[in-house]
Amino acid sequence: MAKRIGKRTIRFDKPPAILASAAIVGEKEGQGPLGTFFDVVSQDSHFGQKSWELAESEMQKKTIALAAEKAGVQLSGLDCILAGDLLNQCVGSSMASVEAHVPFLGLYGACSTMAQGMAVGAALIDGGAVRKAAAAASSHFCSAERQYRFPLAYGGQRPPTAQWTATASGAAVLAESGSKVQITHAVFGEMVDMGVKDANNMGSAMAPSACDTLEHLFEDTGTKPTDYDRILTGDLANVGADLLVTLLRDDGIDITPVYSDCGSMLYGEDQDAHAGGSGCGCSAAVICGHILREMEEGRLKKVIFAGTGALMSPTSIQQGQSIAGICHAVVIERK
Amino acid sequence: MNLSKSEYERLYQKKSPNSPLWKDMLWAGAVGGLICTIGQMVSNFYQGRGLDTEGTAAATAITMVFLGALLTGVHLYDKVAKHAGAGTIVPITGFANAIVSPAMEFKSEGLVLGLAAKLFVIAGPVLVYGISASVIYGLLLFWMGG
Repeated sequence: MAKRIGKRTIRFDKPPAILASAAIVGEKEGQGPLGTFFDVVSQDSHFGQKSWELAESEMQKKTIALAAEKAGVQLSGLDCILAGDLLNQCVGSSMASVEAHVPFLGLYGACSTMAQGMAVGAALIDGGAVRKAAAAASSHFCSAERQYRFPLAYGGQRPPTAQWTATASGAAVLAESGSKVQITHAVFGEMVDMGVKDANNMGSAMAPSACDTLEHLFEDTGTKPTDYDRILTGDLANVGADLLVTLLRDDGIDITPVYSDCGSMLYGEDQDAHAGGSGCGCSAAVICGHILREMEEGRLKKVIFAGTGALMSPTSIQQGQSIAGICHAVVIERK
Repeated sequence: MNLSKSEYERLYQKKSPNSPLWKDMLWAGAVGGLICTIGQMVSNFYQGRGLDTEGTAAATAITMVFLGALLTGVHLYDKVAKHAGAGTIVPITGFANAIVSPAMEFKSEGLVLGLAAKLFVIAGPVLVYGISASVIYGLLLFWMGG
């Protein structure tokens, strides 16, 4: 049974295993530095569908199916699917699982959704409520743009602090046992609002929440950054990652030797992604396509994945409300 | 983390890179100037074909709006605008872009609730305040006997 340690951290007594994971991305993401790690790089941003929303659902559906196939599990063998995306009412994920005929829990945590799904899934499995679950998240540049910003063909300019919503999806199949790669701890973060109102500077809005969650994790588990092979946030991008390093350093914690951010990793300097990637699919694809593979193959042994979300809506931004950040973290270990 | 909101604001402002103003202004000036030069060439063409001043102005506006709409339709306008900023927004071609881009984007929600309802989602404020200002200006002119 999962046990609460310290103020925030949940330690899993029977750490749930990550049986397999999969990542499907769009063309731009496939051209980035991590392009070769993804299972599928789709040249068709419509994924054969007539709308961007359907395209995103199709991408997520295929990713979950692929992860299940790699895990050797039938979709019907899953006890639940935990998935989320950026679309209103989380419709991208709910539509993606319509044909699965498996209990479905829609999650919304913006870019933190993948970490949220893995943490909730691990807690359900360790608690005995679920035996096998898929955690998934997706985002699509074109569906996000039309919802949060402008039409694709509108001639606008972005500031350097803006992030690029990734067309990407990641999914992981969790189970009671069956893999050396396991989720040992989870931390659900609190809402942290430091008054950032600029929707083009989400890294700044999210960095304090990442600082808060990571400090609790280190304190509760009695660990320090160098006890881990990698600490990954997703997706603070360049501005937020720099801020996180500064905030933690001010509190006497240096994460730089092991730290990377999924948003900074997804695109190359020449890909015009401004501060870096964002969207639920960004960290989901980097973790499920790249990091979990590194763990399966034994190159990484102990990793913190801290998903960070900027919780706001176009309405709240127009009404002048600030953007609160949230950060959920899981510790993944290869036993 | 023991920073107040104002201390954090100072920190993130320092860490957030600013837009490259000089580069942006150079692009805006060059592209905006180019669009205006093309507009002048179109205007000269119509004038040369014998249109009067009013006819030339109308025909030039129609042509430039058409070109803006066409380049929006082939996804070229946004690619230039990414660099040019105000240089592509301010000329009349930018107005065409602001109308055509939502029409393209929202047609997936249907011709009535999508295309038509969202057509003025960007240009609407310009029309509302532009027309309101012209009405006020007209009334002032009327009262002041201009």
